[in-house]
Amino acid sequence: MNHKRKNPDPSPDSDESTTQLSSPFPDEVLERVLSLLNSRKDRNSVSLVCKDWYDAERWSRTHVFIGNCYSVSPEILTRRFPNIRSVTLKGKPRFSDFDLVPPKWGAYVHSWLLLFATKYHFLEELRLKRMTVSDESLKFLALSFPNFKALSLLSCDGFSTDGLASITTHCKNLTELDIQENDIDDKSGKWLSCFPENFMSLEVLNFANLNSDVNFEALERLVSRCKSLKVLKVNENMTLEQLHRLLVLAPHLRELGTGSLLQELMPRQHSELKSAFNNCKNLNILSGFYEVTSIFLPVLYPACTNLTFLNLSYAALRSDELSNLLIHCPLLQRLWVQDSVEDEGLEAVGSNCPLLEELRVFPASDPFEDEILHGVTETGFLAVSYGCKKLHYVLYFCRQMTNAAVATIVQNCPDFTHFRLCIMNPRQPDYQTNEPMDEAFGAVVKTCTKLRRLAVSGLLTDLTFEYIGKYAKNLETLSVAFAGSSDWGMECVLKGCPKLRKLEIRDCPFGNAALLSSFRKYESMRSLWMSGCKVTMDGCRLLAQEMPRLNVEVIRECGNDGCQADKLYGQERMPHLLFSLFELCTNLETLSVAFAGSSDWGMECVLKGCPKLRKLEIRDCPFGNAALLSSFRKYESMRSLWMSGCKVTMDGCRLLAQEMPRLNVEVIRECGNDGCQADKLYVYRSVAGPRKDAPPFVLTL
Amino acid sequence: MESKVAYQNELNLKATELRLGLPGTDIESEEQALSSARNNKRPLPDNTKECGLKCSSDDAQHSDHETAPPAKAQIVGWPPIRSYRKNNLQPKKTEAEASGIYVKVSMDGAPYLRKIDLRVYRGYPELLKAMENMFKFTIGEYSEREGYKGSEFAPTYEDKDGDWMLVGDVPWDMFMSSCKRLRIMKGSEARGLGCGV
Repeated sequence: MNHKRKNPDPSPDSDESTTQLSSPFPDEVLERVLSLLNSRKDRNSVSLVCKDWYDAERWSRTHVFIGNCYSVSPEILTRRFPNIRSVTLKGKPRFSDFDLVPPKWGAYVHSWLLLFATKYHFLEELRLKRMTVSDESLKFLALSFPNFKALSLLSCDGFSTDGLASITTHCKNLTELDIQENDIDDKSGKWLSCFPENFMSLEVLNFANLNSDVNFEALERLVSRCKSLKVLKVNENMTLEQLHRLLVLAPHLRELGTGSLLQELMPRQHSELKSAFNNCKNLNILSGFYEVTSIFLPVLYPACTNLTFLNLSYAALRSDELSNLLIHCPLLQRLWVQDSVEDEGLEAVGSNCPLLEELRVFPASDPFEDEILHGVTETGFLAVSYGCKKLHYVLYFCRQMTNAAVATIVQNCPDFTHFRLCIMNPRQPDYQTNEPMDEAFGAVVKTCTKLRRLAVSGLLTDLTFEYIGKYAKNLETLSVAFAGSSDWGMECVLKGCPKLRKLEIRDCPFGNAALLSSFRKYESMRSLWMSGCKVTMDGCRLLAQEMPRLNVEVIRECGNDGCQADKLYGQERMPHLLFSLFELCTNLETLSVAFAGSSDWGMECVLKGCPKLRKLEIRDCPFGNAALLSSFRKYESMRSLWMSGCKVTMDGCRLLAQEMPRLNVEVIRECGNDGCQADKLYVYRSVAGPRKDAPPFVLTL
Repeated sequence: MESKVAYQNELNLKATELRLGLPGTDIESEEQALSSARNNKRPLPDNTKECGLKCSSDDAQHSDHETAPPAKAQIVGWPPIRSYRKNNLQPKKTEAEASGIYVKVSMDGAPYLRKIDLRVYRGYPELLKAMENMFKFTIGEYSEREGYKGSEFAPTYEDKDGDWMLVGDVPWDMFMSSCKRLRIMKGSEARGLGCGV
């Protein structure tokens, strides 16, 4: 076949073969073939072949993944793909998980749902990550899609358990309700009781991160009705007794999330629970635990034989406890633990888990609350690398590391695809040699040719980034914090990594030169985040001008209406003055105040009490809106009022301006200066243009 | 006077050149007030780092800053773990708490005493089981009304006041902080404990 010809008439006649070189290829056949493609990368490639293939692909696509909700609009999406049944949407920049993005930033799901209600009436699945979801949206979702089956919410915010109640009440065909690690207003567990008594279709139920008590009898009835239940993750409050009853009802579970395992167990209960676990032959994934006593753990051993994923990241296990548990988990592929297991615990991992592919070690306590005395070091990581040759995904929070150890680790395990190392003290060097950790990450990128995701830490110079740019040819995601020496570092990465898609940087000395060095690069990436760097508003504006198809957003926290209005002036700019405190008196004309007063009352007294007051200048006092507005007519008898570093807000200033139209009310917002720091910069490509729902503290350039 | 001028330059007060104080006002309190004003600003990592470096030369101001090294200053969003997970972190352990609480354990009739670390156990069941293993005996079932019923042994401990108390009456944490030594009583003495004294 040299070329394909589109067959507009799908009649039986056209199926006859022709003598021409090209053969007719009915759309339906092409669509049927393409419908078997699941990988979105493959589908994207297919859609680029020719127009026919583009059309066939778009008609046959049923699942769509949108990595940045602002990169495309609901209208564009629904126009291109008419038959979508399943949508995955990701919203806020990843650093919002670490409180670096102010609330009400955006990523609202509602506008998507509104259009889906008409265009994707048969929508079955919705998976949201870092989106803002309201109870209203959840209710709308529950009522608008009769076939709705699966809802998964991870790291979302804006909703409460009332929203969940809408889902459980109205979604008659629900198979999956997966609520993970969200910022949810947890009012009550009533949502669980809203499942109708004849509801039986649930296969996945995860409420592990909700704290309110649910009605256990309702849960028990639900579990006994839902014969297809495969995943059950309960919350901390479930007792062992309750867990036992659930296990007896659902021994066919594949994934189980336990509650806290703290209660005292009588010997009879102990053996009953052990036998219940023994009956769970299909258990592949175990999580939960929270607080757990040593004597409980052996109860789990019979269930561990087929475990592929063990998530102990919410339990502060000791090394001996972990060690004893792992002996029973020979098939383990993924393990998440806290660093309470220490290096000895990780040695046990190396000894007992030859099939391990993924390891995540989380900090057990807040390193800033206390000295990091315990936790894990390079020793533990080395031990794992010697024993687990198949290791390719690591997330490792540690208190110390050496270049030599990392070099050995990647020699042992050259197949890393995800290498996320977090040395918890920012800018900490190799503790043995006192050198930067450049060679460690150099070794990683040189040896691990399949590396797709990298997070760096420790004391790092530009050399690290030279290595990354030169060797990390498959790198897609890079996270950098407190690293680098100059613009050159970031330039190396932008020029060097051909597959780079997400770059997130915080607190590094990269400035405008770096930002602008390869601005065309950003069009081939999903997004760039820079906060606490040396980029200025000028640089951001220039980028926005050069690249009109990029959305360039700067977050200016001082722009919030509710936040401090840093400087407010009356009528004319105050000249420089030395001042001192004066006694208040009836002939007072000029008063200068600094670092004084306890409340609004102080300023109110002055405004009400000094009849000849003409100039009032105040800095760094606890006077706020109430004081400012207490005697606003007063200002007309004065030359000027200056307040800086006080508690006045934009709202207060606006109110004053409204009440007194003959006054000039001016606010200086320092972060608006072109030459000054652009504290938080978020740049991403979009075919939807600049977003229309940006909050006031986000400046779109 | 000189230190004050140098300090003003650091804060870049040129724009307003305002200085607090009546003639003869205490300089120390002014600098303290200034430093506390600085702390009211948003805790950008850069600021805290500057504070750590620049303030080391000015001792009068330093009293307001923590004595821990600058690296320990709170940094927003660090380490990078999700807020949800951060809120679930275990409370910190001080050095003293981290080390063990070793108490002597004696059993009536045994030739020598043993020592156990109370820190290792998370509750009464674990402790009692450990004691049972150590001395090869069984403790009866605990009830508030009758103490340990079902065996001739009863676990007791000496508290801070020197009194011998039955193990199991008070919450575990309270027990750990007040227990000075343990004694497994046997025979008639043990039974005597069961009849409300």
